[in-house]
Amino acid sequence: MIQLPQPDAAVLARRGAIVEALRAALPGAVIDDPAETRAYECDALSAYRCAPLAVVLPRSTEEVARLLRLCHDLRVPVVPRGAGTSLAGGSMPTQDAVVIGLSRMTEVLEIAPEDRLIRVQAGRTNLSVSGAVDGLGFFYAPDPSSQLACAIGGNIAMNSGGAHCLKYGVTTNNLLGARVVLMDGSVVDLGGPMGEGPGLDLLGVICGSEGQLGIVTEATLRILPKPAGARPALIGFDAAETAGACVAAIIRAGIIPVAIEFMDAPCIKATEEFSGAGYPDCQALLIVEVEGTPPEIDEQLALIRDIAMTFDPVAFRESRSADESARIWKGRKSAFGAMGSMGDYICLDGTIPVTALPTVLSGIGDLSRQYGLAVSNVFHAGDGNMHPLIIYDANTPGDLDRAEALGADILRLCVQVGGCLTGEHGVGIEKRDLMAEQFAPADLEAQMLVKDAFDPHWLLNAAKVFPLDVSAPRRDRRLNRPADAA
Amino acid sequence: MRPETEAQLAQIIRDATGPLSITGGATRLWPGEGQAARLDMTALTGVTLYEPEALTLVVRAGTPLEEVRQTLAAEGQMLGFEPMGAPGSTIGGVAATNASGPRRVQAGAARDAMLGLRFVDGQGQVISNGGRVMKNVTGYDLVKLLAGSRGTLGTLTQISLRTAPIPPATVTLALPDLDAASSIPALTTALGGPFDVSGAAWLPGHGALIRLEGLAASVKARAADLTARLQSFGTVRDGDPEAWLLCCPNTHDPDRDTWRIICRPSEAPALLTHLPAPHSLDWGGALIHVALPQGQTPDLPAFSGHARRITSAPAILPAPDPLTARLERDLRDRFDPRGLFGSPA
Repeated sequence: MIQLPQPDAAVLARRGAIVEALRAALPGAVIDDPAETRAYECDALSAYRCAPLAVVLPRSTEEVARLLRLCHDLRVPVVPRGAGTSLAGGSMPTQDAVVIGLSRMTEVLEIAPEDRLIRVQAGRTNLSVSGAVDGLGFFYAPDPSSQLACAIGGNIAMNSGGAHCLKYGVTTNNLLGARVVLMDGSVVDLGGPMGEGPGLDLLGVICGSEGQLGIVTEATLRILPKPAGARPALIGFDAAETAGACVAAIIRAGIIPVAIEFMDAPCIKATEEFSGAGYPDCQALLIVEVEGTPPEIDEQLALIRDIAMTFDPVAFRESRSADESARIWKGRKSAFGAMGSMGDYICLDGTIPVTALPTVLSGIGDLSRQYGLAVSNVFHAGDGNMHPLIIYDANTPGDLDRAEALGADILRLCVQVGGCLTGEHGVGIEKRDLMAEQFAPADLEAQMLVKDAFDPHWLLNAAKVFPLDVSAPRRDRRLNRPADAA
Repeated sequence: MRPETEAQLAQIIRDATGPLSITGGATRLWPGEGQAARLDMTALTGVTLYEPEALTLVVRAGTPLEEVRQTLAAEGQMLGFEPMGAPGSTIGGVAATNASGPRRVQAGAARDAMLGLRFVDGQGQVISNGGRVMKNVTGYDLVKLLAGSRGTLGTLTQISLRTAPIPPATVTLALPDLDAASSIPALTTALGGPFDVSGAAWLPGHGALIRLEGLAASVKARAADLTARLQSFGTVRDGDPEAWLLCCPNTHDPDRDTWRIICRPSEAPALLTHLPAPHSLDWGGALIHVALPQGQTPDLPAFSGHARRITSAPAILPAPDPLTARLERDLRDRFDPRGLFGSPA
């Protein structure tokens, strides 16, 4: 089980006074009724829950600054929260923390198609950013699966990705600027036109720092012209390893599809029963989508077909219409829902070099047999971002522990082959204690030096990302200095 | 000092008693840099891993840029961010300066292609960050922090880079009759439509230049569409494909200072009215290079970016805000507590 740090007793003892101070600072924005704070006791990693001390919902950068300054002066821990869709427990509260939620900060501040950018408040949802510029012929590229619900602020915290990253990159490649409130309440604008300021790339390190360095209140995002068109092909194989080899061959040939999605046999079966997408009966399938003008799409799909044929596929279906495209994507888009019907599951998020796909798939099969728990795979194959789903029964005592142990072993395997623990979900609390598998002590120390500079008292989301024993001396420094409190 | 291994480098830094100037080919030094004891990185060379099918290259920092280019070209690949480089330029220098060429409008900067790195900090500690996969959100992204930090946080020893396929076909369209300011709407039109533009510049003697790349049939179709769209701006002709090399300015004129200005493209026309020729534009107008008489500072209206003198004495306009400056100083003090690596000019 994932351990949570002891709450700060001194903070808990001052709970009433802290809530009162918050209310005075921001009337009408504070939630402290235990019945209402329950809605904030977890994010999408719902196996772990803890009600916060209070929740505050500001509407502006200035209000966030006022709150952080207050919490800083009172030495109260703060957990920032976008839409609460983190799958790694990134915005899960602690008992002694004030949650600052961005859900009321959803405005579009500026649309500048001539500069190919949009500026939004950070609580705005990912999909609605694209929606705001759709009529102008633009879109915002990072497209996490949660894009309907997740907030841009959370995307920046987790450096979110999505299915289209192979071509368009992740959040950090599409973020031009951010207004950030530091823990002491000071406000800083980072980035600039082209994402570049005059000095160190502080924007680059804010992105993906899991809400530990500051709270992003406004974001300037690069928008891209919508491609002329897009069309997928579906390719079925009689072995997962063959599908993996086909992915490598497509990329090797110089084709960069906008997405290459992989599903294994258990996933295909569950998806078929759930959505009836009409997928072939096979051991693995790929959905390869390409973009561009009609001749470009034709040319790319013809090349992909030639490459696929050398792997003797059991099926090759090229979409010829919007309707066919929708049918090809239908199963993939319902895959997670479909697998939910198989039982409870843990969704992992390891990333591997695409060349290691065959090794890792067979390794996962071995581990699955060893632990006696089914694992199903659906993932972004083009960029090596895997999402093995471990199926377990939450009502069977010990099953969750076993599933977590199996998950840890799968992530260790990802690191061993040259990959990493998380591709797009972040570390949060979930993978915190595995960080030492990927990083040496000096590597983690270097990362913590950055937090020291931005948040010297370790008040912002401090129990995340770094293994608790590694961050303990810094977090304890805060606990041991009640004299600092106002 | 010319270490041949990362361990030797770490020892040199641990033993150092005074400031060090980290250099690869020493081709990208700004004025004021390179004055201290030279730490020559050109012996730490070689490709440690290249997987074309994963679009991944891992290479030691002292490896010449030209060698990297040749290694990739042999497999039909390239560095997507298109760094320019004088002879002797190393990949470490490219990374440490975030050098990014015309293709930045499409493929991003060096930092966007940098997936992971190893470096030695000011205490002589070897630190690894990032990885070799394009999606990697495990911990803080120190790769971006180090990219463009000009060696002030640590000495890069190894870099993982995302590679890109060399496009089979390239077309450069030119609008030779446009002046710099009136080229902005044309470049914006090209960049704002579904043409997948990989270069958008204005160069003296060439006019507005727009580059399209990709599969042959598609490039032809996109070029035809775009040409039709640009008719209202003037005559569209075939441009010189070699002109893209000129986007990196000549900085050797002893009588003039080169300024590098980053702005929003929509701000460029107003800025240009305050700047004399010769100048050039890249990145659709977001990057202006201008040569001013030595010692002269441009008098610019307020804009959202910054201007920097990249020859002679250092200067930045507007001055960085105090909070950002404080954060940068704190970070440098933490990564290099003995101040061995200095501050950027």
